[in-house]
Amino acid sequence: MPERTVVIASRTGLHARPAKLFVQAAAAQGVPVRIRLGAGRSVPADSMLAVMALGAEHGAEVVLEAEGPGADAALDSLAGLLSRDLDAEEAPDA
Amino acid sequence: MPEPTAAPVPLSETAPLPGNTAGTGTAPGTGTGTDPGTDPRVDPGTAAGTDTAASGGPVTGTLRGLGVGPGRAAGRVFRMAGPPPLPAPVRGRDPGRERREALRALAAVASELEARAAAASDPAASAILEAQSFIAADPGLLESVEGNAAAGMDAAHAVDAACAGYREALLAVGGLIAERAADLDDIRNRAVAEVLGLPVPGVPDPGHPFVLVADDLAPADTAGLDTGTVLALVTERGGPTSHTAILARALGLPAVVSCPGATRIGEGTWVSVDGTTGEVRTGIGEEEAAEIRRRATADRRRRAASGGPGRTADGHPVELLLNIGSAADLRPEVEAEGVGLFRTEFLFLDRREAPGFDEQVAAYEEVFRAFPGGKVVVRTLDAGSDKPLPFLGAGREPNPALGVRGLRVARGRPAVLDTQLDAIAEAARMSGAEPWVMAPMVSTVAEADDFAARARARGLTRVGAMIEVPAAALRADRLLERLDFLSLGTNDLSQYAFAADRQHGELADLLDPWQPGLLRLVSECARAGRAAGKPIGVCGEAAADPLLAPVLVGLGVTSLSMSAPSVAPVRDALALRSLERCRNDARTALEADDPARARQAVAANGPS
Repeated sequence: MPERTVVIASRTGLHARPAKLFVQAAAAQGVPVRIRLGAGRSVPADSMLAVMALGAEHGAEVVLEAEGPGADAALDSLAGLLSRDLDAEEAPDA
Repeated sequence: MPEPTAAPVPLSETAPLPGNTAGTGTAPGTGTGTDPGTDPRVDPGTAAGTDTAASGGPVTGTLRGLGVGPGRAAGRVFRMAGPPPLPAPVRGRDPGRERREALRALAAVASELEARAAAASDPAASAILEAQSFIAADPGLLESVEGNAAAGMDAAHAVDAACAGYREALLAVGGLIAERAADLDDIRNRAVAEVLGLPVPGVPDPGHPFVLVADDLAPADTAGLDTGTVLALVTERGGPTSHTAILARALGLPAVVSCPGATRIGEGTWVSVDGTTGEVRTGIGEEEAAEIRRRATADRRRRAASGGPGRTADGHPVELLLNIGSAADLRPEVEAEGVGLFRTEFLFLDRREAPGFDEQVAAYEEVFRAFPGGKVVVRTLDAGSDKPLPFLGAGREPNPALGVRGLRVARGRPAVLDTQLDAIAEAARMSGAEPWVMAPMVSTVAEADDFAARARARGLTRVGAMIEVPAAALRADRLLERLDFLSLGTNDLSQYAFAADRQHGELADLLDPWQPGLLRLVSECARAGRAAGKPIGVCGEAAADPLLAPVLVGLGVTSLSMSAPSVAPVRDALALRSLERCRNDARTALEADDPARARQAVAANGPS
């Protein structure tokens, strides 16, 4: 199964606004994407509850996985998102 | 021991209707009837199917509790359902069916919350409901529910366990995320009720005005309360300082708390609620309800038409003042003679550092300017106990209510008090006001001396103390040698005089402001005030009770301070009684052996 390993770049970790942006992006992908922290169980990346419950801090390594047509593109896009400091980017609706 | 009001024993005494001075009549009390649904005036269509009373049949007759929100109302009872109890697990059901049932319940909850979000007029409430609807439809939650069903759990347990799992996971992450755990409790309660066919937890929505009955009400329960359809509040538990009582006064709703048997009144039953005497009467018909509503409307009109300074029927003046937290609490439609308690905590809460001098000056000045030439009593910071402030850096105390709170904070951090007094003095200069200042939690003459010296050194001329500690009440005469006035905080004074935690629901009877022991302390202070020719105010919830306010005046209290909705009913109650009547009421209340008898005896005196 295609996977991407990525380090959380957002200063506050994968919480609050970064988590929301990530979950929204995951839900917008054409394929189901899952995320796991270290050796933990993988959870749906489009679940706000599950992503919040990961408790992934700044600098933590997470693994994204997906399968099927478009999986690689979806993984690249989401990995790109996580490797940016989303806290530093201005909220479009602020 | 005061007799606990544990058993739902209806009394057969009815209180006189307002304006009816015939005294107490004897109604045909029907006792603790156990005949569900035989009252032909109860519409069986809505009464049926939702009777989830824990034991016995519906209660009828007259129930008695503590009246905490003045006024009368009548309507049909709808109960706030509690969290649904989880039945014993059922094994061996078809996993596919349980899975579908659990997912159906969550989908129903999500769409219900979404509909409520769309209907909510308050944008903040709408956003909260929408976020909750997303949680009910969360893919991770649904995946966990499906997994549980596949493992053989029945639908209710599959939902319960999935919510519990995420709840624990969020709590483990901590911080702001842990606060979302409460959302999962709400989703869990709604979805489990949906699976089990139980009433939806939360405020009911029968589609017409109703009397809301609950075991007790928490702030979260009432956040979205539609005051257009709730006629009155009745709770089985809770005390005079409970959230229910505070909410009722804020909304101007009649309310009765600590009313045994309330939650066993049949759903849909017509009741009358008297928030002054604490009486809840079943067995009334629609016609009688209409008559009560007509009288209640007439009362409200009379109050709305009345105005001006507070005075008794024979013209003895009693200042009617407001309790406020900031200038935002000042409502133009409420006619009051000033502010009797300006709590300044709002400036300090949720702060990492103490608010600066300039910020404080601006906040105080705004309030002073709202009452040009009027009285404004500023209470200096009342921190500690249930209001811990991060910037004070106080450690955890084993007994915070008995710890470093109120004026005691100045022992270790005098600069916080000095800056606040500087800011009050500056705001007074800027606005030309002559504010009154008082310190919370004064216990000794030495503390009063110290506070008075700090305040007077800054040119503040009207310096007083809150009386919340019984030791201070007993030394009221000596305090008044140093101070210009006293203000009784009856909520804390009850807590400390009766050694009963204000938040402790089971001790509500001890915290009843009608406790003769509390009234005796008020009486001591009022006597000292009269001797010194100095004003004695009451700014606790006691002042807002229209039956108790005349008692306080009879004891010698010179001003009453309360939240805005209570002003008109209290003004009305005083205007109906002469000072002599108030003094009689005071004697009656002091003579009684317990609060219930005190209240009944004074109510039986009737107005005028």
